[in-house]
Amino acid sequence: MVSQEPTCSSDLSQVVRFAKLDELLALGRANSLWPLTFGLACCAIEMMAAGASRFDISRFGAEVFRPSPRQADVMIVAGTINKKMAPAVKTLYDQMLEPKWVIAMGNCAISGGPFVFPGQYAVIEGVDKLFPVDVFIPGCPPRPEALIEGILELEEKLTGKRRWPRVKPE
Amino acid sequence: MNLPEPYRLLIFLAGTLAFVGFHAAYLVWVERKGAGRFQRRPGPTEAGYAGLLQPIADALKLLSKQVIVPPTSDAVLFRAAPMMVMAPALMCLAVIPFGETLVARKVNFGLVMVFAFGSINVMAIMLSGWASRNKYAIISAARIVSQNVAYEIPMLLVAITLLMMMGTMDLQEIVRKQAGWFWNWNLFQLAANPLMPVTFLIFYICMLAETNRAPFDMAEAESELVAGAFTEYAGMGFGVFFMAEYANVVVGCSLATILFLGGWQSPIGWLPGPWWFLAKMYFLIFCVVWVRWTFPRTQFYGLLNLSWKILIPVSLFTLVLTSVMLKLF
Repeated sequence: MVSQEPTCSSDLSQVVRFAKLDELLALGRANSLWPLTFGLACCAIEMMAAGASRFDISRFGAEVFRPSPRQADVMIVAGTINKKMAPAVKTLYDQMLEPKWVIAMGNCAISGGPFVFPGQYAVIEGVDKLFPVDVFIPGCPPRPEALIEGILELEEKLTGKRRWPRVKPE
Repeated sequence: MNLPEPYRLLIFLAGTLAFVGFHAAYLVWVERKGAGRFQRRPGPTEAGYAGLLQPIADALKLLSKQVIVPPTSDAVLFRAAPMMVMAPALMCLAVIPFGETLVARKVNFGLVMVFAFGSINVMAIMLSGWASRNKYAIISAARIVSQNVAYEIPMLLVAITLLMMMGTMDLQEIVRKQAGWFWNWNLFQLAANPLMPVTFLIFYICMLAETNRAPFDMAEAESELVAGAFTEYAGMGFGVFFMAEYANVVVGCSLATILFLGGWQSPIGWLPGPWWFLAKMYFLIFCVVWVRWTFPRTQFYGLLNLSWKILIPVSLFTLVLTSVMLKLF
């Protein structure tokens, strides 16, 4: 479960809290999570499928994939992060403006996935080694439904409310 | 309108601002919904009924997003560019007649004024690219200048063709001359110029290029130039560019309606009024969205070739043809 934290992560929000305005802003942010156009490996294919007609993340207002990190709100790390790629990914994260969130999609982004073995020297074992992550989506690769569930989970983190009833796995 | 002048102008100012604001916000919804439908997906559905609260959520998000002025950029120009891109579109709407009496300012050179303010848009986007001091933004700024210079020429040639036929630059007068049934519209004035529908098509293509809409969105070619001239803009600074694009589309489609489709005149000869104007304008705007999600982006040389090798010769030919027809008949 994701903990319920204030949406604004600056220190001021620990002191002053504008309850209704905060809720309104959180609703606005949760309904317009623009992802960064950016994919690293095969999970990105599933991310594209989530934007296409069968699954369609535009229902949640999250289909506006922005090419510039300045305009993006959520970074979906979809794929393996090599040590060579890591500085570029970190730069993209630093270029995004607050408030920003990160979704680690797939086993490679969570922990290195199948590339972890004693003596491996090429792969970063999880994107949370580079910067904080809000939602982890397991799977190799996760299905588009799982990515949508991840976005819903992020919305729940922002607003404190679940959009739809949770489905019990069979 | 029998109100005293300052009040009338204030009401029209508020009305124009509300009109542009509403359209800029809700054309985004139309665009996203339209994009969904053209790609066989539902589009935004969750924020409000049929996603109708989506523009409000976007605005809240953009307003509360951190704003950054990159340290290497030209801070004054960087902040001025979004204002300069929005203001001319508002100025153009001051002379556009929505109905018999529904026009903010009656000026007898309205057509020139719309074109004059319309071309400031190019400067503003070029300025935004230049002030960003970002290599992609500057490439995009160079592109936008050559694109808009290329497409301004056929657009003005078409405007001159219409001026020769109409003999007036007063937009209200141009609409009045198209009264009656729909065959009196300039689009169907085949006696004055047999190529009138082609002229309309040229005008429409140039309008798409001038407002930087796909398939001509070279300013924001995200497959090659990150986000083009807007790469460094965040939050509402970017939101204003987004809105200005739709405001310019509204101005362009209004102008096409006035010049070719009879403005507020009714197609069946009775009950003329602003509703006809809006219906025609919305149809043209729908076509803009339709074109955007149907055609892929052209390459840059293809774009310039279309203008210099096809549109300019054809529009010059229609200009000459119109003058010959006017002299002969």
